[in-house]
Amino acid sequence: MNTTSALFYLFSAVLLFASVMVITARSTVHAALFLVLAFASAACVWMLLRAEFLAIALVLVYVGAVMVLFLFVVMMLDLNSDRFREGFWRVLPLAGLVGALIALEMALVLTNGFDVRQAPAATAVAAKLGNTKVLGIAIYTQYLYPLQIAAVLLLVAIVSAISLTLRRRKDSRYIDPADQVRARKADRLRIVPMKPVIEPRPVPPADAASGAKP
Amino acid sequence: MNFSFGPVTLGHYLSLGGILFALSVIGIYLNRRNLIVLLMAIELMLLAVNLNFVAFSHYLGDMAGQVFVFFILTVATAESAIGLAILVVLFRNRATIDVEDLDALKG
Repeated sequence: MNTTSALFYLFSAVLLFASVMVITARSTVHAALFLVLAFASAACVWMLLRAEFLAIALVLVYVGAVMVLFLFVVMMLDLNSDRFREGFWRVLPLAGLVGALIALEMALVLTNGFDVRQAPAATAVAAKLGNTKVLGIAIYTQYLYPLQIAAVLLLVAIVSAISLTLRRRKDSRYIDPADQVRARKADRLRIVPMKPVIEPRPVPPADAASGAKP
Repeated sequence: MNFSFGPVTLGHYLSLGGILFALSVIGIYLNRRNLIVLLMAIELMLLAVNLNFVAFSHYLGDMAGQVFVFFILTVATAESAIGLAILVVLFRNRATIDVEDLDALKG
């Protein structure tokens, strides 16, 4: 049992422990923090598989961005975690059965099909360039079109997430600068042509005026 | 598959991925009321799938697996961002994220 095997078992144990804690943690914040641990140990396992770029990308993108977003949302929402625990363990037999079935089916398929003991030695080009550069060459030459689609997908995700959560306050009064710039004279002042109306001057009755005077 | 404590083979990584996937399925059953933990279980599932891709890519000497993992990471990030945005809007409108309360469609 060499160092790689020992590290593999260590990181796998941490990964499985963290994922068990994610699905059974009492508080949602603890679940999110254990998910961070799971992603970090999965990144270590990927390092063992010599996928350095993806391991670092996993830490940067998931631990750095997605999990921070998760924690932000969890802390922003005022959640009552006791209600979520009602009947929590009641479905465990069914869940365990389904999970064991899935694991068993995968084991049945994988045992016969993929018995690869030894990874092929790295080619001279790959050994010289390193994982990140080889991956970059593959992405930017052979898979350039899917990369563009992925970029557009991210743009769509940004726009939809912002437009979903954007809301205008109803109680604030403000002036739209665009409307101000677009305002013309005709919007402010309306000149209506109309004929002058001359009212006859009211003539005070003579007798009433003279009688009132002392 | 050889489960001895010898050198790590492809089967070890694939079984790790399989166990992780089964665990997240169990998590979806257990946390069927809490929408945030459901999203986290889906992230764990995607992680298990990615682990299998990376393991195959390493042991078969093919770079395409890692490229695919790259795209899966992109899509999963977009998915979780939009999912959390929908969650925030849902909480704003209904003041709950309990799945059992979300029965407006009478499903």
